[in-house]
Amino acid sequence: MSHAVAIGSARLINETGLHARPSVKLTQLAKSFHGHIELAISPDGPWINAKSPVKVMSFQAETGMSLYFRATGEGASDAIAAMVALVERNFGEGNPRGADGDSHG
Amino acid sequence: MASLVIHGRPASAGLAAGPQMRLAASDAVSGSRTPHADSDKELADLRAAIEAVTSRLRSLTARADPHGAEIIGFQIALAEDEELCEPIFAAIRQGVAADEAWRGAMDDEIETYEGSQNDYFRARASDLKDLRDQVLAYLFGVTAPEALPSGAVIVGKDLSPSRFLSVDWTRGSAIVLTEGSATSHVAMLARARGVPMIVGLQGSIPVDAKDILVDAVDGKVIVAPTDADRQKFHRRMECDAAERVAIERSAHRPAVTRDGVSVAVSINVAGLAELDKLNPDVCDGVGLVRTELLFADECAQPTENSQYSAYCRILNWAAGRPVVVRTLDAGGDKPIEGLTIDGERNPFLGVRGVRLSLARPAPFRVQLRALARAAVHGNLKVMVPMVTVPAEMEAVRSLFHEEVQSLKQAGVEATVPPLGMMIEVPAAAIAPDAFKADFFSIGSNDLTQYVTAAGRDNEAVSALADSLNPAVLRLIASVVRYAESAGIGTSLCGDAAADPDMLPRLLACGLRSVSVGIASVARVKAAIAKIDLSA
Repeated sequence: MSHAVAIGSARLINETGLHARPSVKLTQLAKSFHGHIELAISPDGPWINAKSPVKVMSFQAETGMSLYFRATGEGASDAIAAMVALVERNFGEGNPRGADGDSHG
Repeated sequence: MASLVIHGRPASAGLAAGPQMRLAASDAVSGSRTPHADSDKELADLRAAIEAVTSRLRSLTARADPHGAEIIGFQIALAEDEELCEPIFAAIRQGVAADEAWRGAMDDEIETYEGSQNDYFRARASDLKDLRDQVLAYLFGVTAPEALPSGAVIVGKDLSPSRFLSVDWTRGSAIVLTEGSATSHVAMLARARGVPMIVGLQGSIPVDAKDILVDAVDGKVIVAPTDADRQKFHRRMECDAAERVAIERSAHRPAVTRDGVSVAVSINVAGLAELDKLNPDVCDGVGLVRTELLFADECAQPTENSQYSAYCRILNWAAGRPVVVRTLDAGGDKPIEGLTIDGERNPFLGVRGVRLSLARPAPFRVQLRALARAAVHGNLKVMVPMVTVPAEMEAVRSLFHEEVQSLKQAGVEATVPPLGMMIEVPAAAIAPDAFKADFFSIGSNDLTQYVTAAGRDNEAVSALADSLNPAVLRLIASVVRYAESAGIGTSLCGDAAADPDMLPRLLACGLRSVSVGIASVARVKAAIAKIDLSA
């Protein structure tokens, strides 16, 4: 059980990509999981620590790119399911654009 | 001594006067400290500095709006990142001084961000620099950020969001920056807080200058003002304060010019939440519902039912006032995942607005069905964006009729609402008589960018994209004239309607209906009350 490995992936639909707020949300969720959890932007890696905002932001992942997760340890599959769900529901973000007033017309 | 006037760009409008307070940005970080011989103590100093900075940042999030909170949350997350800090701590254990180790690691990160191809990531470099400098300042024993006095005019190269938030802005203050930009986070914070701000000052304010007058309406700073300057400025500030009171008072009254001409003032709506706190009697209706923002609220494209209920909510709020819904205006600077076409070389001239709707009819039909169902419940009107040729209007009209027929066959109540078009493509503005439309709505932002061939996404040509260009005004006047002769109602939605220089000219063109952002309604009504069209 303690060596359980789980993997999963989800596509970024966030308009500005994996920017500061989603990165922080992603790492906070990863930190709630006790085992190792890693992130990549290709199924072949390189893999980085999904608990590190610096590493997560370093991908500068843009919208349309896929994120891959892998986790080891107890609860690994739950952790992956939660990470994938976070990305799929767009990090709980409402409207990522047009926040600054009435510039379209 | 004569006063010195230095010009800059207004980033947040307003007037303020106060003593100069210079930001000693670089001093704090170029300081020096003697490292401890004991690396454990050196490490403890850095940990204490990081902890002090994060706890200060945390206390700032409480006062920050969502935007500021995002930036600060990011800084906190970085400061607490083990992947970032562990190598720094390891270097210190090896004998490197705390400030050197911290600065070196942060500079590496900053360099990566500065080299990014992506504007968003490049802009994050300043958030990292701010974090770097805050920790260094603490290490050097400088606790400047707390010491920014209120009431002073803050003068510097640039200002970080965290420093902005550490100032008590309840007493009149202003910001004057030699660098900075009107689109920066700090400028947004300043506008939200009503703090006058000037960026890109073309000249330097002498260090010994005490009193400064900041005119962030016209974009100038008066240094060493004479008594006459001071009196004049204070009179303007009083007028400004009086105007604010007048604006408050105008909000709930119909807009009428000084010579008695009524003007309909409607609002532009981008999200349902905006309406919750707003009393509908501040406006004459909703002149523009930007449906692309309803789309952006959802991961997938919204269903017919969710759109239907959104439109019904707006109609219900408007309580009988007209509600003009614009069909999906995606593309250009408003991409929608899975719908707009990626990688267009020139998206503003590409498949956007009705072009996209007709190219991807399936989601468009869903929207038309939702609109046709909602039209039964209130004064709904539908307008089509980016119309270039009459055939586009005909295509939309026939799709509408098809959907209404199929709804009715299924026993669902539906009707084809009045169908109008946006006038924003020059082809439509030049020959409006070629089109069959129930009403016109002039989209001044796009019309201006297309007539002046100056993209509104490009700061370098922003001065050219001026709605006051006589060509733009002439086109607007000719559309209004034609529409009046043909008995077609015309409104204008866009920034021009909220521009105090444009408004009198628009009314002089014969326009009697405008639609503006919710935040501008009261100001626009107050401005209309001062206009005398008979003069």
